Amino acid sequence: MSKKSFIEANRISFSYPSYEGEIPSLVLDGIDVSIEEGEFVAVLGHNGSGKSTLAKHFNAILVPTEGSVSVSGISTAEEARLFEIRQEVGMVFQNPDNQIVATIIEEDVAFALENLGVPPAEIRERVDDALRKVDMYDYRLHAPNQLSGGQKQRIAIAGIVAMRPKCVVLDEPTAMLDPKGRREVMKTVKQLNKELGITVVIITHYMDEAAMCDRVVVVDDGKIIMDSTPEKVFGNVELIKERGLDVPQVTELCHELRKEGIDIPESVLTEEECVAVLENLLKGGAQNG
Amino acid sequence: MLKDITFGQYFPGDSIIHRLDPRMKLILIIVYIVLLFVADGLFSLLIGAAMGIAFYALSKLPWKLVIKCIKPIMPIIIFTAVLNIFFVEGDPIFEWKFISVSGKGVLTAVLMCIRIICLIAGSSLLTYTTTPIALTDGLERLMKPLQKIKVPVHELSMMMTIALRFIPTLIDETQKIMAAQKARGADMESGNIIEKAKALIPILIPLFVSAFRRADELALAMECRCYHGGEGRTRMKQLKLTAKDFGAAIFVAGGFAAVILMNMFGPEVFRL
Repeated sequence: MSKKSFIEANRISFSYPSYEGEIPSLVLDGIDVSIEEGEFVAVLGHNGSGKSTLAKHFNAILVPTEGSVSVSGISTAEEARLFEIRQEVGMVFQNPDNQIVATIIEEDVAFALENLGVPPAEIRERVDDALRKVDMYDYRLHAPNQLSGGQKQRIAIAGIVAMRPKCVVLDEPTAMLDPKGRREVMKTVKQLNKELGITVVIITHYMDEAAMCDRVVVVDDGKIIMDSTPEKVFGNVELIKERGLDVPQVTELCHELRKEGIDIPESVLTEEECVAVLENLLKGGAQNG
Repeated sequence: MLKDITFGQYFPGDSIIHRLDPRMKLILIIVYIVLLFVADGLFSLLIGAAMGIAFYALSKLPWKLVIKCIKPIMPIIIFTAVLNIFFVEGDPIFEWKFISVSGKGVLTAVLMCIRIICLIAGSSLLTYTTTPIALTDGLERLMKPLQKIKVPVHELSMMMTIALRFIPTLIDETQKIMAAQKARGADMESGNIIEKAKALIPILIPLFVSAFRRADELALAMECRCYHGGEGRTRMKQLKLTAKDFGAAIFVAGGFAAVILMNMFGPEVFRL
């Protein structure tokens, strides 16, 4: 690939400040990762694996204790250019309630732009634009507490999209949502990547969500243990399970069937693909019998 | 039970009063309060009262709202009236044993009652017709000059906004915690006042902890959106004074002038 690396993490280690006498435990332990512009990356890992800590390094919320992170060539250690970095890489968090600042939806979406000192007429235009992109324009005058979790999370995404970032990092954006909300949010996230070309890094522990991405990075114990396409990562069912993670239901089913000697290709990831393959198999079986 | 608490008492509407600039409304209400105290006789005060009535008529709000806002302060009004009637000294018009009532006392009582009613009704009209958020916004802009003497105007209004934003969220949370504690056998209804207050502790502590956690996350989210205080900040919604704002200002100024003229040249009866 000839694309230049957008986010580069160079051998980063990180430990939270500890009290005197306590040995600081490494949350990140020499991570090397680079993310290209336009990628759709999932970061997988179970609780305490360091995946959220890693995400916070991508927009200078945290600065590594060792190693360096650069965004568009700007080192995150450069405090003077902090806002440049945060404009390029926006972040959406888990709890939708705790990231909405204003009492009216459109004011909340405008928040980042107001902070950046954008002229009022342009704010108006970019806010409307962002709200349309997440399909929430009709709700612009509502109060946040009138919305569902999935809708609130889409507003949070709009608040970031209004900044026109190159990359959006989402830290378990669907963990607190019901299945409907999860579908809405994932659809929006997919749109950001596919239609607007925004680089997306999504931290998750839902395997089905990771299966939707172009690349899966598996983090365990502060280290990257796998970094490949979802097909390859989930193809390695034994290793994933060994690390205490699950594989998507579809992968699990195919894996079990394969163990029984049924011929299913490794590349099957989505429900639709799986249904098609199984249908074919069953039809073939009926003809044989 | 908790759902009944409405913060601020905004009544949605589309009247001219609703659409006035919040800054203008704030200034005019202050002028109106001053006017009520400048008026020193019954006739000049009636001008003030008439202005109040005109405002309510223009706001197209139901009249029972006036009664609603005056009800809670009725005891204060009665108390003031009684004190004034019996304790203001002057030529007695009624005497019985040690009680004496003077004409001046009755007049003072009547004036005080009208004044208090107009005052409360007037300032309630402000909150009835202005959303809390518009009010905060107006206050921030009006107090901006105070920034020069190091008053943290932007920070104060940010705090107000966030408080308003989180009131419904925290009310929801309180209800969840109450339900959770009840499910664990907490008794919140019985007992005397001290026991009831004690029963609140298992509700307030989790609420506090969660509020702090929320604050922490919110701060992080705000930082991600480049928040760095009021410096260099712009606003999407610009407040603009329009013809109707100037109209309202002229109306109040006219009323003020009428009150002063009435004070100077009006009839000498019913004066203090």
